[in-house]
Amino acid sequence: MRKVIPGFPFTLGLTMFYLSIILLLPLAAFVFFAGGMGWEKFVAKATEWRIVHGYIISFACALSAALINSVFGLILAWTLVRYDFPGKRVMDGLIDLPFALPTAVAGIALTTLYTENGWLGQFFYAIGVPTAFSAVGITIALIFVGIPFVTRSVQPVLKDLDRQTEEAAMLLGASKWLTFQKIIFPELVSPLLTGFALAFARGIGEYGSVVFIAGNKPFETEIAPLLIMTELEQFDYQAAAAVAIVMLSISFISLLAINGYQRYRIGRRGV
Amino acid sequence: MKIKKAIGLALGILLTAGIIAGCGGEDKKAAKEEAKEFLNVSYDPTRELYAEFNKEFTKVWKHHSGKDMTFSQSNGGSGKQARSVIEGLEADVVTLALAYDVDEIAQAGLIKGEWLKKFPNNSAPYTSTIVFLVRKGNPKNIKDWDDLIKDGVGVITPNPKTSGGARWNYLAAWEFARRKYGDDNQAKEFVKKLFGNVVVLDSGARGSTTSFTQRGQGDVLLAWENEALITLKDSPDYEIVIPSISILAEPSVAVVDEVVDKKGTREVAEAYINYLYDPAGQEIAAKNFYRPRNKEVFEKYKSQFPDLKLFTIDDAFGGWTKAQKEHFADGGTFDQIYTK
Amino acid sequence: MSEKTVKYFLIFVGALFLFTMLILPLTLVAFEAFAKGYDAYIAAISEPFSQKALYLTIEATIIAVVLNTAFGLASAWLLTKYDFSGKTVLGSLIDLPFAISPVVAGLFFIMLFGRLSPFYPILSEYEIAVVFAVPGIILATIFVTFPFITRELVPIMETQGRAEEEAAATMGASGFTIFRKVTLPNIKWGLLYGIILCAARAMGEFGAVSVVSGHIRGKTNTLPLHIEILYNEYNFTASFAVASILVFLAIIILVLRNAVEWRAERSGKYGL
Repeated sequence: MRKVIPGFPFTLGLTMFYLSIILLLPLAAFVFFAGGMGWEKFVAKATEWRIVHGYIISFACALSAALINSVFGLILAWTLVRYDFPGKRVMDGLIDLPFALPTAVAGIALTTLYTENGWLGQFFYAIGVPTAFSAVGITIALIFVGIPFVTRSVQPVLKDLDRQTEEAAMLLGASKWLTFQKIIFPELVSPLLTGFALAFARGIGEYGSVVFIAGNKPFETEIAPLLIMTELEQFDYQAAAAVAIVMLSISFISLLAINGYQRYRIGRRGV
Repeated sequence: MKIKKAIGLALGILLTAGIIAGCGGEDKKAAKEEAKEFLNVSYDPTRELYAEFNKEFTKVWKHHSGKDMTFSQSNGGSGKQARSVIEGLEADVVTLALAYDVDEIAQAGLIKGEWLKKFPNNSAPYTSTIVFLVRKGNPKNIKDWDDLIKDGVGVITPNPKTSGGARWNYLAAWEFARRKYGDDNQAKEFVKKLFGNVVVLDSGARGSTTSFTQRGQGDVLLAWENEALITLKDSPDYEIVIPSISILAEPSVAVVDEVVDKKGTREVAEAYINYLYDPAGQEIAAKNFYRPRNKEVFEKYKSQFPDLKLFTIDDAFGGWTKAQKEHFADGGTFDQIYTK
Repeated sequence: MSEKTVKYFLIFVGALFLFTMLILPLTLVAFEAFAKGYDAYIAAISEPFSQKALYLTIEATIIAVVLNTAFGLASAWLLTKYDFSGKTVLGSLIDLPFAISPVVAGLFFIMLFGRLSPFYPILSEYEIAVVFAVPGIILATIFVTFPFITRELVPIMETQGRAEEEAAATMGASGFTIFRKVTLPNIKWGLLYGIILCAARAMGEFGAVSVVSGHIRGKTNTLPLHIEILYNEYNFTASFAVASILVFLAIIILVLRNAVEWRAERSGKYGL
């Protein structure tokens, strides 16, 4: 197939090269290293109940956090793009801060806030929600680290969205809600999914902030990245690699599925 | 098209070459001169000890050899630090929480021969033990190990799988129960109950102390004696409880042969460790709440180290290799107590 | 519900979310940083080890942002302007660093460049230290931040389609001209967001850098690692004080962004 726009070999070359150096080569080294363990040990390790429990905790918390971030991220992006109100600039700027704050600091700050006698924790504990040293705490930490993803994915698209179709729909008598549903939302599905996938994937791998607020009790609040660390502390690189590879594969498959779905949608809409 | 492809590739190669050249350049420079940097890789609670010791030893070494050398330290969880050394962190000496971690470094080929015998007292210039830290007034009335398994007592300890100090905690509790109730099965029941009372299982000793003091979690912290004493020095809100029996923790030191031979720093590395045994070095250890081996220095600081019955890991568990395998390896007793 | 009600409701919800999840934790950092007064704060941030850590953090951030911007533009262009097989896989591969626990990412480089690596004898021969040295820190930082710019750009470039570029191409414009004249003006906001995210994340990265650093004070210690060290020395005030430097740096970047946005909007050059 002929490419109309020039630059294909250049961008492909550069992308593949950079990707190889930064990602594929180290990944290959890692898999090669883990490869020494043999299939049986790999399966035995990867399916140990304590480890499986770790995956479940990690995935469940990352999923809830990503969903919550999608809802609030969409609301934030919408308010920031469509409304004018005092303090908008500040609010806009704040959204990126979770990235700059080292995850460990975030973890410490959140733990202080959400323990039983913390500024916010006291209210949650009063209504019977233990916000620290529980799965709720893990989710809170993951929400924090994932805040920017959805907002920042949706925002630029919303900003550049063609207002004409929307205005036309309104002129034709469609309600605001209907316009949003039929005209605006479909445009936002792609960035929303991207943001969701990123927040989700980031949540699965997050370690620094979570260890402070999780409590780290086996079979309760032990996350998969912590289990990797645990294996490493025992000098068992291969076991650590086994856990890491399972997590990595699942994350990769979810990203692949979401990207594939987007391709399919774009193809169907004939953009 | 072909030209563009070539340009793309060239740019990519340039980019990487840039990264590597940028990296390689500066490090080559440093390595060609005579080694001026000395690194002691240590575990978490020795930060203050080695900060003071390094300052002192810089002067001693300057006096002895006439050379200026920078003595740096790196601190972290004992196991993690040992791993970094195995992975290539160039430590001239290691001063870790337990012999097992040094054994691992030896097994990786970095330390040769019987390192345990190279320096006096099992290559452990100072010792410590495990004690309890409770809140002022001891509201839960905790006196000994068996008070820790009572209902409603919140215990804070790091995870034995990730923290060296926690392994000493675990083994001390185990041995207490074995002596009191008779056998290993009872001991296992005991530690199972004890860990059932654990509120937060941090990954390292310092994390646990913070959970206990800053977050106000739990009623009792199982801690290194030196950590407990430091905490007490800074804050009057806590008390130390001395159990009837505890373990003699012997943090190990060793020269990392592969590194010192490469850097040519064997002489200074050995002098460094020997100075730890010197009365002056022992005094620094005692000031930082480690029990010195030197009798005179110990006498001088006796008031801060209460008398209690101590057993060694060799007597009670037949050494670290065996203890590690039975209790902390995958499927060991620590895993078993968490399997329902 | 009237339009106004919806507006204020949404603003309220957004603000409340930001307040509990973001502003309070940041307030706490500031609160703790000044817990022992202004002098203690100044002493903590002007300590030589803090300064060195700050320089190293800035160095790693700048290198990571520059390289990742070049890569991000190329890969986003590739993913949106052409159809080729393996596109979905490529896109997912670029996202992969997000899915990899930073701790594991650090381990990758340890396995590749550390003592256990098959290449170690060669590296050691030429005395090239990658891990437990500055290059390793830079590589780890690049790794964890490299998808950001691509991910910001792809949705925008997707929404905009290819018509304009194709038109320019049929008129005979070169790839670089098309990029500069047609694409860049359309994606500049996304690019800016991407760079900011990338920079912010690079400054704050803890996990991966922690694995490859070796934690040698004054040499391989970045600000986030230094914060951890101070915290573990029970020096809480100093540790939060140093953390506030990062918040401050992030705020500087954001102010810069706002200034650029404002100027661009005022000049109306690329009016939205």
